[in-house]
Amino acid sequence: MSIFEDLGKYVLFLQSTVKNRESLRVYPPLILDEMVKIGSNSFVIVAIVASFIGAVTCIQTADNLVSPLVPLSVIGTICRDMTLLELAPTFTCVVLAGKVGSNLAGEIGSMRITEQIDAIDVMGINSASFLILPKIIAACIMIPALCILAAFLSLMGGFAVAEFGTVISPTDFIRGIRDGFRPFNIFFALTKSFVFAFLISTISSYKGYFTTGGALEIGQASTHAVTNSVIGILIADLILAKLLI
Amino acid sequence: MIEIKNIKKSFGEKVILGGISGKFEDSNNSLIIGASGTGKSVLLKCIVGLIKPDEGDVLFDGRSLFNSSIAEIKKIRREMGMLFQGTALFDSLTVAENVRFPLDMLMGQLGDSEKNDMVMHSLERVGLEAAANKMPSEISGGMKKRVGIARAIVMNPRYLFCDEPNSGLDPMTSIRIDELISEITDEYRMTTIVVTHDMNSVMGIGEYVMFLHQGLKEWEGDNKSILHSNSQALKDFVFASKIMEKLL
Repeated sequence: MSIFEDLGKYVLFLQSTVKNRESLRVYPPLILDEMVKIGSNSFVIVAIVASFIGAVTCIQTADNLVSPLVPLSVIGTICRDMTLLELAPTFTCVVLAGKVGSNLAGEIGSMRITEQIDAIDVMGINSASFLILPKIIAACIMIPALCILAAFLSLMGGFAVAEFGTVISPTDFIRGIRDGFRPFNIFFALTKSFVFAFLISTISSYKGYFTTGGALEIGQASTHAVTNSVIGILIADLILAKLLI
Repeated sequence: MIEIKNIKKSFGEKVILGGISGKFEDSNNSLIIGASGTGKSVLLKCIVGLIKPDEGDVLFDGRSLFNSSIAEIKKIRREMGMLFQGTALFDSLTVAENVRFPLDMLMGQLGDSEKNDMVMHSLERVGLEAAANKMPSEISGGMKKRVGIARAIVMNPRYLFCDEPNSGLDPMTSIRIDELISEITDEYRMTTIVVTHDMNSVMGIGEYVMFLHQGLKEWEGDNKSILHSNSQALKDFVFASKIMEKLL
């Protein structure tokens, strides 16, 4: 299948999730369920990754800025901007593409292989809307929330280095975080994480929904879901940086 | 009544169904039989609309499945019940929740107690009321098939479809499943189509039998006349079992 055919099929798939959807009362419990799955199950990994990335960023930035001409608070400023603009949304979403994306593709793929999706279709229920739409909505709510958490914990990681290390004082670090703060950066980070969440959930669901074959193909669908989501995230990252900054 | 009109389906260059027509009458157990790879399951999937045929149409009491409005198609679909080859039960739901699923989705106006009564009635009908709270992984293959039947009939459908209901079952359980399908067809006055290659099912419940060979309808009739057909392909299929040969 050519990339254009695949893209067309993806767009039609997205259309089918909202076209002829089920009654609205069906979705809230499904969305809540998916939010718990995506949010609480990813909390620990996001917290660990963000804290360590923040700490390492602080150490490496400090190491590269040893100059009497540069105030130490600049380290905090650089850590803040790197975290908000790139590390929190992009890095977190790449991690989540691996965790959430493979999970979604595997779950939906196994439902396809075991004819559970066919069973839903035969009942006259729009399986794409019933199964996928709650996952997309839940991801678009929870992943930006996880990115906010990641940004906070990443800065806390940097602060911990300042507090317990010798490269920068906590006061300088805090001053750096406050200096020249642009609220737009928060909006930018949230926009990115929202777009990435949409890409992760839709690409992974698409890969799972059209799985054919057996156990081997479910594994392949999960792998493709992760690689395609990551590629999608990187392309979208570049486009959003060009458009919004 | 379900009428299929000139159903054709190919996957790439490979022709699976070469133009099949036929009628499946009400309150009848209609069987589609044939060797593996002759297109039985593809035909059934075309009939229920899971696969769109390249040509042809399926009429449910005169209503087209492929040339109607989406609302009409949904209405037809909601009059169907289907038992899948692998049962297609939802792993994360209990037996009772599986049976209740279509009611929750499609009969929102019903109260909880009414839905529970319907679920228990369906489970009692297939003899599984004691397994209501078990998970699908905790029950046997035959029980899963019966749960599949309970889920298929809980909405009181007009049309019942069974894809190889005996696959993976021992002969005794197979006969019990066949009997159950036949009893339910009479009781609910449904149009039932069963895809199988089990000659026990054919001889046991086949009131109308359509034999497929190489993607075409080779023969049709009832289970009494099947042993005397002139079709060599059908003879080869029927008498592949030595027991059938001895019976004749």
